[in-house]
Amino acid sequence: MATLDLKGVSKQFDDTRVLDNINLNVADGELVVFVGPSGCGKSTLLRLIAGLEAVTTGDVSIGDRDVSHLPPSKRGIAMVFQSYALYPHKTVRGNLGFALKHAGAPAADIKRRVDAAAAILELEDLMDRLPRALSGGQRQRVAIGRAIVREPDVFLFDEPLSNLDAALRVHMRVEILKLHQRLGATMVYVTHDQTEAMTLADRIVVMRDGCIEQVGTPLELYRHPANRFVAGFIGSPAMNFLDAQVREGRVVLGDQPLHPCTRTDGPITLGIRPEHLVQDDDGPLSGGVEVFEHLGGEAFVHITLGENLKVVAKLDGEKVYRPGDTIRLSAPEERCHLFEHS
Amino acid sequence: MPWRKRTTTGQALSAAAIHGVLLAWCALALFPLYLVVINGAKSRRAIFNDPLKLPTSDTFSAKGYASVVGNSEFPLYFGNSLVVTSVSLLLILLLGAMAAHALSEYRFRGNTLLGLYLIVGIMVPIRLGTVALLELMVNLNLTNTLTALILVYTAQGLPVAIFIFTEFLRAVSREIKDSARIDGLSEYRIFFEVVIPLVRPVIATVAVFSMIPIWNDLWFPLILAPGQETRTVTLGVQQFIGQYTVDWGAVLAALSVAVLPVLVMYIIFSRHLIRGITAGAVKG
Ligand SMILES: Nc1ncnc2c1ncn2[C@@H]1O[C@H](COP(=O)(O)OP(=O)(O)OP(=O)(O)O)[C@@H](O)[C@H]1O
Ligand SMILES: [Mg+2]
Repeated sequence: MATLDLKGVSKQFDDTRVLDNINLNVADGELVVFVGPSGCGKSTLLRLIAGLEAVTTGDVSIGDRDVSHLPPSKRGIAMVFQSYALYPHKTVRGNLGFALKHAGAPAADIKRRVDAAAAILELEDLMDRLPRALSGGQRQRVAIGRAIVREPDVFLFDEPLSNLDAALRVHMRVEILKLHQRLGATMVYVTHDQTEAMTLADRIVVMRDGCIEQVGTPLELYRHPANRFVAGFIGSPAMNFLDAQVREGRVVLGDQPLHPCTRTDGPITLGIRPEHLVQDDDGPLSGGVEVFEHLGGEAFVHITLGENLKVVAKLDGEKVYRPGDTIRLSAPEERCHLFEHS
Repeated sequence: MPWRKRTTTGQALSAAAIHGVLLAWCALALFPLYLVVINGAKSRRAIFNDPLKLPTSDTFSAKGYASVVGNSEFPLYFGNSLVVTSVSLLLILLLGAMAAHALSEYRFRGNTLLGLYLIVGIMVPIRLGTVALLELMVNLNLTNTLTALILVYTAQGLPVAIFIFTEFLRAVSREIKDSARIDGLSEYRIFFEVVIPLVRPVIATVAVFSMIPIWNDLWFPLILAPGQETRTVTLGVQQFIGQYTVDWGAVLAALSVAVLPVLVMYIIFSRHLIRGITAGAVKG
């Protein structure tokens, strides 16, 4: 078990800069999740930590060792890939024990560690099968088992669940969380599923275009997003963004003055999450219902407040609206976020 | 449901048609081989009188096969062919797969250019260079050695092998190789223990395609290694073809025997071969 430190890490492929000055400290036993849109450099960062790509500048340290120039096998890491990457011609047992066997561990040791990992992941009955005779979920468990067997300082996961169907994904997510609690290992987990990020992470790292936008616990990011990008990325359905004005110390939406604010006058972006809009007959906002999606316990109401002012509200499913109905809403001041106008 | 019945008859019909075409093709392709084998076992007169007939008790003659088996030189020729073909094949497969692995796995300056250079040989018939090759072999003192043939055949087989291997090795998942790296395998062991097992069908395919032209070649043995000690089967058979008389029985018998190794190789590889070809077809 160990800490992981990234200092000024940059990566350049030919002429394109894929990662720019990444600084991050991961504490011992922490589970950190990287999220961000496709192509923002999450996998590349993970591969740099693993040593599969060389850093252009900067240092990677694991524990107190600078590992920037060590090959992957010497860094004390294990990696689980999106495509499982099992050796297709080796049985489950062969796959689990391969790294140890290659490192020359005694047979008894290998057997003990392989059996222990198999027990944790309930793979005992599958030990003599080849990967092609396993289901997707079973393959992913073998891939995770292969990482456990190596007893690494740091586990690296690159979208390990994205090839699984929705139900299995939820199940495996819980498994990974249990595994984390059980092993207490340092883990870095890449995903672009924000539910996975919210539920798994001790801390989330939000990335965009090769830079870190914000680092924080899931609730910090949810409650106090540093900018509009993070606000839009965390939370589902996504936060509503509305063009508003600051006039004489108040936020004004359309012609409707809302709560007071200390910013100087000018255009501003008002962000409010769908779940924070409340139906309120005395509320300051009113608009026409455009689409009404009922999910049983709750409902998503798409509302037009005015020209270019559309919001989605998540309401309880008690009251049913029809397209064309008028609805009044209020937005609690402490739930509203103000961002630079863009 | 009448439409349902119609589909099944339709399907049966089209299956029959496909099988019919394939069988006809098969018969056509096998016919020359059949002629070679049966006529090898007939007397000289019978070969010319009735070339299509099976040997009967009257026309049967083991003289052809006897003169092949009894000929003290024939095992030598056969051995030469085997050595030349198997060593060339081994080199083609090994070097071809390694070059293709390097081209598809590693990023380095001039990668594409080097790839093009290695496969452009597909378009240049190696026989155009015969005179230069002969001069080269004379200078290297390699005329009348099997080494000369092996070198030429390896060069001849490499471009196609590299071309086919590169296509398939590109498709080998990067993540498997990366996981092997994390497991601490050296690049050589990644190649031999992880990549090669994944492309076995392709190796079989390339092996069969490369082997046949080498085994059958008459040109280079005739020019580079016509000496008594280094003759291959195809060249050795020529001794039954005299200036005035041709011992057809012996020629045909020798050819029948010469087919055997190719057949054996094919049978060994065919299961993989079919997978290799269809895998290519699906991946496009
Ligand atoms: N070997 C490479 N050579 C050149 N560019 C690369 C290479 N690998 C990745 N890139 C580029 O780096 C950027 C980041 O890629 P990366 O795979 O890290 O994205 P990602 O965040 O993991 O995306 P995804 O969520 O789709 O997996 C992309 O623009 C990609 O095109
Ligand atoms: Mg990725």
